Order: sequence, then structure tokens, then C-alpha cells
Amino acid sequence: MSERARSERKLAWMLCAPAVIAMLLVTAYPIIYAVVLSVQALDLRFPDEGGFVGIDNYVTVLTSPLWWQTVGNTVFITVVSVSIELVLGMIIALIMHRAIFGRGLVRTSVLIPYGIVTVVAAFAWFYAFDPETGFVNALPFVAEDMAWFGDRFSALSVIIAAEVWKTTPFMALLLLAGLTTIDEGLYEAAKMDGANAVQRFFRITLPLMKPAILVALLFRTLDAFRVFDSIFVMTAGSQGTESVSILGYNQLISRLNLGLGSAVSVLIFVLVLLIALAFVKGFGTSVPGREEEE
Amino acid sequence: MAGIQFDGVTKRYPDGTEAVKKMDLSVEDGEFMILVGPSGCGKSTALRMIAGLEDISDGELRIGENAVNDLAPKDRDIAMVFQNYALYPHMTVRDNMGFALKLAKVDKAEIDKKVEAAAETLDLTQHLDRKPANLSGGQRQRVAMGRAIVRDPAAFLMDEPLSNLDAKLRVQMRTEVSRLQQSLGTTTVYVTHDQTEAMTLGDRVAVMRGGALQQVATPKELYADPVNLFVAGFIGSPAMNFFSAEAENGKVRLPMGEVDLPQDLSGASGKLIAGIRPEDFEDADLVGEHRGSGFEFEAPIEQLESMGSEIYAYFKHEGEAASSDELSELAADIGGGDLPSDAHGRAVARLDPASEVRQGEKARLWLDPARIHLFDPESGHSLRTREKEPA
Amino acid sequence: MQRGTREYTLWSIGLLIVVLFALVPVLWLLMLSFKTPDTVSDGSFIPNAWTLENYTGLFEGGFESPLLRPLINSIVIALVATTIAIALASFTAYAIARLDFPGKGAILGGALAIAMFPPISTVGPLFDMWRTLGLYDTYAGLIIPYLTFALPLAIYTLVAFFREIPWDLEQAAQVDGATPLQAFRKVILPLAAPGVFTAAILVFIFAWNDFVFAISLTSSDASRTVPAALAFFTGESTFTSPTGNIAAAAMLVTIPIIIFVLIFQRRIVAGLTSGAVKG
Repeated sequence: MSERARSERKLAWMLCAPAVIAMLLVTAYPIIYAVVLSVQALDLRFPDEGGFVGIDNYVTVLTSPLWWQTVGNTVFITVVSVSIELVLGMIIALIMHRAIFGRGLVRTSVLIPYGIVTVVAAFAWFYAFDPETGFVNALPFVAEDMAWFGDRFSALSVIIAAEVWKTTPFMALLLLAGLTTIDEGLYEAAKMDGANAVQRFFRITLPLMKPAILVALLFRTLDAFRVFDSIFVMTAGSQGTESVSILGYNQLISRLNLGLGSAVSVLIFVLVLLIALAFVKGFGTSVPGREEEE
Repeated sequence: MAGIQFDGVTKRYPDGTEAVKKMDLSVEDGEFMILVGPSGCGKSTALRMIAGLEDISDGELRIGENAVNDLAPKDRDIAMVFQNYALYPHMTVRDNMGFALKLAKVDKAEIDKKVEAAAETLDLTQHLDRKPANLSGGQRQRVAMGRAIVRDPAAFLMDEPLSNLDAKLRVQMRTEVSRLQQSLGTTTVYVTHDQTEAMTLGDRVAVMRGGALQQVATPKELYADPVNLFVAGFIGSPAMNFFSAEAENGKVRLPMGEVDLPQDLSGASGKLIAGIRPEDFEDADLVGEHRGSGFEFEAPIEQLESMGSEIYAYFKHEGEAASSDELSELAADIGGGDLPSDAHGRAVARLDPASEVRQGEKARLWLDPARIHLFDPESGHSLRTREKEPA
Repeated sequence: MQRGTREYTLWSIGLLIVVLFALVPVLWLLMLSFKTPDTVSDGSFIPNAWTLENYTGLFEGGFESPLLRPLINSIVIALVATTIAIALASFTAYAIARLDFPGKGAILGGALAIAMFPPISTVGPLFDMWRTLGLYDTYAGLIIPYLTFALPLAIYTLVAFFREIPWDLEQAAQVDGATPLQAFRKVILPLAAPGVFTAAILVFIFAWNDFVFAISLTSSDASRTVPAALAFFTGESTFTSPTGNIAAAAMLVTIPIIIFVLIFQRRIVAGLTSGAVKG
């Protein structure tokens, strides 16, 4: 190896070191620490009772119906909201891409939900549906005394609506970026080959957008899986609407049960890892971070 | 199969610019028609109007007997080869070529048969199951051709299909395209900016400029009888030399001397622009028996470019440079400086490789007066064809 | 093939739906923030009685007021986290875009993994660590996780931008007589600035938006940011509902960001998508 190449490496590593160390310190170290905490009985309300308990905390979590309910809620919210976002996001992306006029207006409007603090968005939706202050119950076809947050399913629906509203713009922008990479000439060629608009969408657009769609889905799925802010604001987890993140927060911060809470944290981490792996398998060769071939 | 008629076809953009102006053109059934011109001349727009990829603002376009102004591309029964090929990157060569047939719900076995036959013709058989990304430029080009062929359409439209190939491959594919078109006998409209391609491929060539047709003729006519300065300068390489000239009593005064006018132009008079192709000059010593029928002059050779089979000799002449708005526009259109007869009184002669003229020395050159072209400096029209075919 | 009025009509309707979809919830909150305590529950979209008290109430009492401290906290924390994150990410992105070294893929992959990392999984350990280190309920206690979780986003955005910079210009400038430092300052910096600025906007929005760390790692107005403060809002007295105040506070933290986002919308769109498409 030449002297020059050697010094280039050294410089590169020095430049990367601060960011890498920061990332390791705040993610890798804590997750290892979480594993260590999770095998202890550590409840800050009873600091004297402690010690190694092995997998007891995990057994407690995994045998608790509450854990499985929160997993069910989280999966439900994730699947439903990401599916709706994909469809809506695709429609909005197509609208922006094929704009006859007003492309700027659409982009400006969809960036508003993106720019809003999630907690604020949650409040906006909460107050809209709240039977006391809201306007939704005053709309036609809605029961005037509908208690949206009094029932698990309707509460989850509002939570999903807020999530969809807040994050569809991000989905739409990612999909739009994918759309614009498709060579316009292919649509012309397909027109000449006799494909109508629907056929062009399903045979040209969708297959060529697969990488962009997978990236968008990956990011949004993992993001949706962490759902916390909206639930915290709207129901605080009551009516059986807890997500795994809310459960972890309640154990760790509200009940100060670091052992049990850490077990929940580690399990969430494992779940996220599994989802990511499933996606990476679906990506095949087009893993983000790898150079895509032309 | 069918002919294609442009009847006063105009393409006007919302901002009012006209890309194609009242175009009248008739492409015969089975004919290989070339649309040629500098970039921005409207040739691609004209092609895309045939394809149905551009709306027609005015006039009527017919394929066969039918007006197709309002037909979608898929209903026009035409196939197109795109400049960048527009191969579907997610489909194999086989699927690319069979896509149109599949959309038309043609029987699977029938599609396979047609695709394989086309692949055979184009020497693509062993690549049928590859994706376009794994093909060379020439192979991609052939897939694009194959995609058009399998459809057996009423007409082929080709938009600069060879321009993305390297020079050698381009010449090779040019022959290929020509052979295919002849064997299939399908009406073909082919767009190019390369005048060599235009001259070698087409049955007829339509020269366009600024959205307007300049001349439609066989390559031979185009070369021999250009209707105006633009066509004269655009067709031929190296381009025609232009000189300021004055005609009187059957003679024309050129910077090199006074020359007898050819018979059909003997009536010309007044200030004109004379055009002489480089190949109509020769080294006076090599002319042989015709020497007496031409005009001889002496000129200093500034530069020699030997091409092996011929020599380009750039010589200086004394007259003022030919000037005309038409000429300066032409120079701008074809990229400036491309005209050998620039403002410095320089012209180029194409000489036999046996010539022994030397750079920096004077040489005796000969020119054939019968091949002189004369143009009106105002309108740019050729005096020879002005009456016959006003542009 | 003329585009008919029908197409325009359909398009206009689609446009209207998208715009309404995006705006109605925000407008609702805005309207709510102008309602008087008596009319806050009347369920009408447009206030029947308008007031600014919801806003003024937020700042009554200076530093003891419900919003002033959290607002200052939010601004300082987000700014500091952004500055540090962008500095660190710029070094890394420069190395990745410009230098050849083993481990490049590992860094990008690791950054991607962190982008997907569930923050709640680190909340417990950080809570415990910060209490031991004395960082609990301090600015630093929030700045550190924010800048770390923002690093992947910043690195990906900057790498995408840096790859687009024609670095040959640096050499050209040196040939033209510039010193390496001048070449960097006068040629590369102006070219890199838009990308760096874009990354900074995205990181700032990320830090401004966070809620999980903000409520887990703080316990008082000493370091609580606005989103966390909103969640713990109580009315001016125990008898009044804080709805109007929350709506007003929500609008106050939202409007600057929206204006920001709208001014720099092209950059933000480019930044959000560059990493994802080319990444």
C-alpha cells in the first residue's frame, strides 16, 4: 500500500471517528446495558431488592397478556397506517408527478403535516374528535355523542388517522423521488406498444418503483412501529390502546421498574431487528447503502 | 402497411412558438423517408406527431387512408425505435420484444414464435433471457429494433436510433437498418441530424429547418440540386464552399477569376453567391483529358489534411467572403465555423490522393464550371431550381 | 388528444382534496386557539367569539409562565444538537464521499441501522446512566441523544450532496493559484453550503419534534422542551380546561416551523429524498 493511500485511510478514519463513537455510545452501549439491566430485578421504588434473576423478567413479559395486547395494537397500527399511507402516498405522488397545474401548491400543502410537531398533530386530531371540544361529532352521519376515545377500536382508528395524516407526505415525497427516476421514454415506448394508463402503471411504474417503494415501506414501517407520541397524547394507553413503546415507557419511567422495562426494551429491539431483516431479504440486491447498479 | 401524409400539420406550443410549421409531406407506402436537419429544426416533433406522442395543433395527419389526429398511439399501428432505446429495464429481452404483443393479447405460442424469428434475424437468440443492463450498446439497439419488428406494424418510426453508438458500430448498424427495411418493405420514417446517415439510408430525404421543410428529394437530387443555401451547405461533407460572385453576359466573376456560366444558368446576372463543392475542384495536373473544359487557377495552399483516399486542401482566395443573412444563419445552425469558406477567404478542395500539392506552396487547381451553383443572396434560393420548386 | 375540460375538472378536485386533507387539522387547531373558554366546547369550526387570551396567557409571569422556559429550552437544545450533528456528519460524509478507505460500507450500514433503531429501547439505560452522570434533566442530557439519532439522516443527506460536488474544481482553483485553504473556502464551501444547510434543517426539525426522550429524560421546566411541556400542561387554574392554551402553544411552535419548511421546501424535498433514492 502506498504512503498516500495509507495516509488517506488514516485521515478518513479520523474524520469518521467522532460520529461513529457518538453513535455507538448512544445506541450500542445502551442496548447492551439494557440487556444487562433486563436480567436483574431492578425497581427504583424498591432499591434494596435487586440482583440477578436470569430470564425471569422476559418470562414475566412474554407470559403477560398485556404485552401481547400491546404487540397486537402496534402491529395493527403499523400495518393499517402504512398500507393506507402507501396508497395515499402513491396517489399524491402521481398527482404531483403528473401535475397539469398547481404542483407547487400540492407540495406546499403536503409539507405542512411533515413540518408539524407530532405532539401538536396529535392534539389537533384529539381536539377534533373529542366529544366535548371537537367538531367531528357535529358533522353529518356522525353520532353526536360518539365517544371516540372510549372504545379501543375507535380510539385506535383516530390514532391511525393522525399517524397517516402526519406521515403520508414523507411517503409521497419518497415515492415521487422514485417516480422521477423512471425514464419518461419508457412510458412513450409503452404507449407505442399499446399499453393503456392502467397497464402502464402496473407493468412499468410499479415494477420499476419497487426499490423506492421498499425503502419507503421500510422506513415508515419501522417508524410506525415506534408509535408513541399520538397515543400518549390521545389516550395515554387507556382503553387497551397501548403500543409497545408506551408499555416500555410506563414500565421504565412511570413505574421506574428498570429490570422489567429493560426486558421490554430489548424485546422491542429484537422485533424491530426482525422486521428490518425481513425487509432486507425482500430487497434482494437493492439494499440501501449499497451502490445501485445502473 | 401504409403511407403517411402530413397535410398542413402544425405544432404550436402554449407559449406560441411553432416547432413545426404547416408541414406538407407524403411518405409513400414502403418508402424509407429520412427527416434531417440541425437540432431544434422540428424533425423529432414531426416524428412524435406521427407516433401520437405529441398533439397536432393544426392540419391533418393520415396514416393509410385514415386521419389519425385524435387516435392514441396504440391505435395507430406503428412501432417506434427511440434514441435511448427505452428498453424496459425490468424485463428480459424476450419480454421487451413481446410486450406489445402481450398487451394485444396475442397467443403465447405466437408471441414466442415471432420474438424468436425476430431474434434470429437480429442475431439476438442467445441473449433472449438477459436483461437490457447486461447487453452492449449494439445489442440494446438491436433489441429496440426487434421490439419494433415483431409487431409487424404499418410503419416504423426511428428517432436517431444510431446516435448512441460509437462510430464504427454506427456504420455497421446503418447497413443493418437498411437491409432490414428493404427486406421487410415497411414504410419507415427515420429522424437524424447526421447528413451522412440521411444520404446513405433514405429513399428520399426531407431537409428541415426552423420547423419548415426545405426540400424533399432523393439523396442524389438533394446533392446535385439543392434548392437553397441551407440545403446546399447542410448536405455534403466537407460542406460546399461559398463565394461572393457577380454574373454578367454568361460569365461569372469569382475570386479566382472569370468563369463561363453553365448552360442552364447563362441568363444569370447581378450580385450572387456561388457555391462549389470541394469535390468539384481538382489538382490541375491530375485532370487529364477534361482539363481543357474547366477553369484553371493558382492558389496558395494553407493546410493539407490527408484522409488516405483523398486530400482536403484548404486554399486562400482573394475575394471578399460571401455574405448573406442566410449564410450566417446556416453557419449558426450547423454549429458555426463548420463552413470552410469562412470570412478569411478560405475554401477547401477535395483532391485525388495522387496530388503532390504542398502545404505553404502555391498550387494549380482546376474547377468544373458546369457544377457551379448560384444562389440569390437575399432569399438564399438556388437560381437553378428557383422556378421549378419554390421553397 | 386535446386535454379536455373534464381532465381539468378532475385535476382541480384532486388538488382540492389533497390541500384540504393537509390543511384542515391545522386550521382546526388554529381556530381552537382563538376560542374563548366559554365557546371552546361549542363544536363549531369557526370561533363564535374570538380572543387572544390563550396566547397572552402562555407568557404571563415571565420565566414562571407555562411556555417561555420550554420554548427557550427547545430552541437552544435543537440549535446545539443541530450544530454538533452537522459538524460531525460533515466530517464523516466528506470521508465517505471523497476518500477511499475500508469500513465505508460498515459506517453507512451502521448509520442506517441506527436510523431504524427504536429510541424507546435506549430510554431505560440512558435514564439510568444520565442519573448516575448527573445529566438527567439537563440540556446535555437531551442534546446527546438528539444529535446521535440525527446523525444517520445528516450523514446520508450530506453524502448524497457531497457526491454531486465537482471536486475537480478544487484542483482547478489550485492550478489557478489558490492555496488549498482558499480553494476550499472559495470554491468547495459555497458549493457544499446548500447541502449542509438542508441537512441542518432536517436535523433541526427532528430535534424540535422529539417527544420520547423529552418526557423520559427531563423532569422539570429546567430542560423540558415544548412537546413535553404541552403534554404536562395544566390550565391556569384547576377549574379551567387548558384546551385553548394547548392549542395556542401548539400553534406557536408550529407556525415558525411551517414558515421555515415552506421557505425551504425545495431543499427539504431534495434532502429527504436524496439519501433514500441514491443511498
